[in-house]
Parts: sequence; structure tokens; C-alpha cells
Amino acid sequence: MNSPLAISNFSVVTSLGAGRTQTLAALREGRSALAPCRFDAVPFPAYAGEIAELNNMPLEGQFAAFDCRNNRLAALALRNDGFADTVEAARLSYGSARVGVMLGTSTAGLQQTEMAYRNRDPETGQLPTGFDYARTHNSYSLARFVRLACNLSGPAFVVSTACAATAKVFASAMRMIDAGVCDAAVVGGVDTLCATTLYGFHALGLIAEGPCRPFDVERSGISIGEGAGFFLLERPTAHHGPESVFLLGFGESSDAYHMSSPHPEGIGARLAMEQALAMADLDPAAIDYINLHGTATPVGDAAEDRAVSDLFGVRTACSSTKGFAGHTLGASGAVEAAFCALSIEHGLLPGSPHTRTIDPTFRSAYVQETRSARVDRVVSNSFGFGGANCSLVLGHAA
Amino acid sequence: MIRVYIEGVGLYGPGLDGWVESVPVLLGRREYVATPVRLQPAPLLPANERRRAVETVRLALAVGADAFAASGRDPAATATVFASSGGDGETIHHILSVLASSNRELSPTRFHNSVHNAPAGYWGIATGSRAASSSLCCHDDSFAAGLLEAAVQASSGWQPVLLIAYDVQYPAPLSQVRPIGASFAVGLLLVPEPSGAAFVRLDLDLLPGSQASDFDLPGLEDLRRNTPAARSLPLLVALAKNEAASFSLNYLDDIVLKLSTIPVPNGAPATAGAFGSKAS
Repeated sequence: MNSPLAISNFSVVTSLGAGRTQTLAALREGRSALAPCRFDAVPFPAYAGEIAELNNMPLEGQFAAFDCRNNRLAALALRNDGFADTVEAARLSYGSARVGVMLGTSTAGLQQTEMAYRNRDPETGQLPTGFDYARTHNSYSLARFVRLACNLSGPAFVVSTACAATAKVFASAMRMIDAGVCDAAVVGGVDTLCATTLYGFHALGLIAEGPCRPFDVERSGISIGEGAGFFLLERPTAHHGPESVFLLGFGESSDAYHMSSPHPEGIGARLAMEQALAMADLDPAAIDYINLHGTATPVGDAAEDRAVSDLFGVRTACSSTKGFAGHTLGASGAVEAAFCALSIEHGLLPGSPHTRTIDPTFRSAYVQETRSARVDRVVSNSFGFGGANCSLVLGHAA
Repeated sequence: MIRVYIEGVGLYGPGLDGWVESVPVLLGRREYVATPVRLQPAPLLPANERRRAVETVRLALAVGADAFAASGRDPAATATVFASSGGDGETIHHILSVLASSNRELSPTRFHNSVHNAPAGYWGIATGSRAASSSLCCHDDSFAAGLLEAAVQASSGWQPVLLIAYDVQYPAPLSQVRPIGASFAVGLLLVPEPSGAAFVRLDLDLLPGSQASDFDLPGLEDLRRNTPAARSLPLLVALAKNEAASFSLNYLDDIVLKLSTIPVPNGAPATAGAFGSKAS
């Protein structure tokens, strides 16, 4: 079951820049885009990966009702990297009803409702007129917007499993294509800054005062970022050659432990990685790089280091790329799958900006400085609240 | 076409106090009275979690536990798909109210309960399940989307999959922009092949079009129209009747999900290791 799917194109937008070229340059140079957080005038010290141009690019015309920070970022990602053209080619090739849209988000356009609550009628408590819940706040608004923008009529839904959401959509698409429900799928997703996540993670004591420092002995929490990643997945065709990157497998598990804290021994994380390798029919030794979830929380990084070193040993190169553009939460699975695809295409192991001294109790082979290397196959980890885990295997065909 | 078999059903809604209790209503043999949802405290949760569990979690765990009752299967080894049109309105209302006030200090528990997959997280903790779990949203069409995803996981992954679809009413002022008729939840335990507990075969097809089949249980029509998870009612009626049926549910503006049910002889011997033969 679940034969490999080709990634025919992908697009990525974070605070590092819009599109693959700017993203690759930042990864190569080890350049972080994290900056002191000015979003929503938060009163506590924090860093964030903000995409400033979202503040001034309203959606217009037939998409005006969808206007919110999340869908603006979706629009920006669709028009970068020739992604919309690739989707259009798939639509013409397979028919619009045969191209699915499976996207993930945790925030959707929640910020729109935050603003509506601040503008309630002081007498009646009513929300301002013109606020469109379905097209902004509701999680499905993202897939609805993308499906409309790409003129698609295949199966669609949004997966919202916190920070594992945009990894799990790759699994959904692989199953849907395997089952013949569609022939190609737009997967990935978008998450954007909002007060709920900033104040919420702060309430949990999980936001670092400075830029996040994954795997550092002095790590103290996350820096929130915003980001989008879109991929077009389809069965391999004559267009896909040895240089193409494929989705080779996925693994999904649950921690069954705690709502906001990972299993300390990384049991769920290990299960997800094992299943992903089994589906890809690869031994751990066949993996050249692991893109860690590595959010820079004290507990999370320790659990993941344990899971990774138990399964892969202490030689497989790994790093968290959260120091580049922050933790893009619901988008992190897709954003980091894009970083992985760039690593494979351009032969590099991304480093870890802001990480100075690796926790001496950790055993995995953590990459601090970006370096060149042949990268054929990678594992990308995404773990979320509620104990939702997903690992993907991406790489060249065997 | 996707083919699965159903081993168990869970159902709670207004006037629908469990699947077995609800069958006479779904058959039209007992008058439907929309009494408020009556839920036992979440049966699977430890005592401290049980007391403070929010409504979405209590609904989801109740239908999930009931769906397993007839199967004899282990929830801890079963993948899950959760589907909700928007999740926990009470929690999000509380967060948004705090954020709109002068003192923006959120409760950490409220914040982690605000994720769309909160019921999935509590289900995992309650059952000890480390199996795969997804949580979907498709606005009004979340039941159809969840059923499609669960059926594809069961047939493509050759494994049992529990679907839990639920919705709750939102407090004002969210109810002004998102009116939901009632609290409602349905659980369906799907398996990829006939088994001892499977009582019906379910075939699914996606077809272009926007016209779902008419639904002719007048007492329940308001519930079906006003509560996204209750769009499952035509399927639940077919399961209650336990006879062959074919009908379409709305799924997105331009697709319908065609469902066909055929009863299968109950009590066929379960094949030993049936789900180990092609494990995902």
C-alpha cells in the first residue's frame, strides 16, 4: 500500500522570505529572521518570526470575504515558486474533481475573531457586522479559500491537530490517492500570529524571552513564527526523474500522556518515526538527516533527543530549524518539509541559529552550523498538543 | 468506491440518549422529543479529569466508548478520526473575552483545551491509545469529511478506525455568527472486512453534484439541518432499519458523498489475526 508520491512543486513563505530562493539563502547562511515581538503589543518579552507584508495586503474582489492574516499568507504562498501554475497543470491533466485539497492549520483566521471581540457593541455585546466567521475563523476557511483560488472541486478538508497538523495532511493525501479518491493533492498549510497563541504559550510558561535556542543547554522555550508551505503531490510520472523528491512514508502516533507536555521518554515520537521508516521500507541507517520538532522547550527537546538517539544511534545528522523562523505551530510540518526538500535538492544540512552550547546530556548528532552534504533521504518530525505525533520520510526514490 | 464494515455505533443528542435507546426513535416507532442531552460523566477518564472535562470531551468520549461496546475490540489499539465543525465554542469564547479585556492573562488549561484536537488528546489519555489520531474540520460538512477520511484509513490501512463526529452549541456572541442547533455526537467503529461484530457493509463514493437525498423523518429534520454532526442522521436511520439503503449526503458545495448500506449476517466468525495480515 501507499506507494511513494512525487512532490511536483512546493512553495514556502516564512519570515525568512517569500519563496524557495530566499528560504534557501537563509538556510545556507544560517541567518535567523527572529526579532523582538511587536505583534499585538504583547507586554512580555518574546521573539517572533513575523511576516510584515501580511499587514498590508488585503484580499480583494471575489476573495474579500476571506480576508484575514491566515488567508493572506495562503495567497502569498500560492503565487510564489510557480506553485499556482503547477496546480493549474494538474487540474488540466487530471480534472478539477480529481485534485484534492488537504491542508492543516491551528490558528486559521482566529485573529479576526480576536479583533471582533475587541470591537463588540458596548451595549449589546454583539460582534461587529461584516465579521465572516466561516471564511476566516473556521479552520476549514483555509482549504475553502485555496480550493476556490485554485479552481478545484476535489475532496477537501482541514486537519487541525495543533503542531502536527501540516505533517498529517501528507498522510491523508497519500491514503486518499492510494484509495483512488483523487489523483493529486494540494497539501501543506498555514499558521499566522495571533494573540491567542502568544498569550496562551506565555500562560504555559513556554515562550523564551530571547530567540529560541533548540537543543541548547540554556534553552527556555519557543519563539512563535508564522509560515506557509504548499506541496503538490501526485503519483510519479515520466516528468519525475532521479533528482525528484518523493514522499516515501509517514508514521502517526499518540502520546496518551498529557495535553500540553510530551511523553518524557519520547515513546510516541519514536513510534511515529519507526512507522514512517517501516512504510518507506528503510533502515534508520538509510536516513541522512532528521529535521527535529525541537521547539526549544526543556522537556520537549530532551524527549526527542532520547527518541532519536534510541532509534538512530548517535551518528545521524539532525537539527531543529526553529531558530530560523520560529515555531510556525500548525504550519511547522509543511514549512519544515519544505526545508527538508531544499536540503535534499541542494545538498545541505541546515544548522541551528541561536544554539550555542548543545545540552551535554544529549546524545544525537546535532548540526549547529549549516554545512554541505549529500542528502538523499530525511525524516521530518512534527509533534503537537494532545500528544499528536507525525513523522514523514522524504527523499529520492530508492 | 471505498468499502468498510461497521461494528458499532455511539450516539448522543437531544432526545437521543445512546444508540440502543435511540433506535425506536430513528425507526419512527417512538415519537421524537428533543429533551436536553443526558450524558454520564466521561466513563473513561480518571476522576480528577472527569469532573473538569468540557462538553466536547464528554460527548466525544461517550460515543467513542459506546461504539466499542459491541465489538470486543481494544480502543488502545484502534486509530481514531475526530471531526467537528468548529470544536469547543465555550473555551474559545472565554479566551477571546479575556484577550479583549484589560487583563489578558489566559488560563493555561483553557489554552490547551482550545486546540481542535483536544477531545482526541483526552481520548488517548483515557484509553491509553498510542494509535494514530487525526482531527478534521470541514465547517458544515465535517461529518462527511470525517467519514471519508476514516473509511479511507480503514480500507487503505487495513485496520479498524473509530470515527467520532461532534458539535456543541456556541455561547453568545459567537452563536450570532455560528448558530448550532444542539449538542450532538456520533461514533462509528469501522473495519475493513467482515467480522464477528460487523452488522452492515458501507460503500462510499464521491460524486459531483450539490443535491443530497431528501430526508423524511420530520421530527429529526430540524436537528439535521441545524447541527453539522447531525447530518449523519440519514446514515443512522439506515443503520437502525438494518436494511439495504442508498442515499447521498452533502459534502462541499459541488460534491455529494454517496453511501450504500447492506446488512451482513451478524456473528460470522472473526478471522484470527485479520488485522495483522496487512498492517499499516
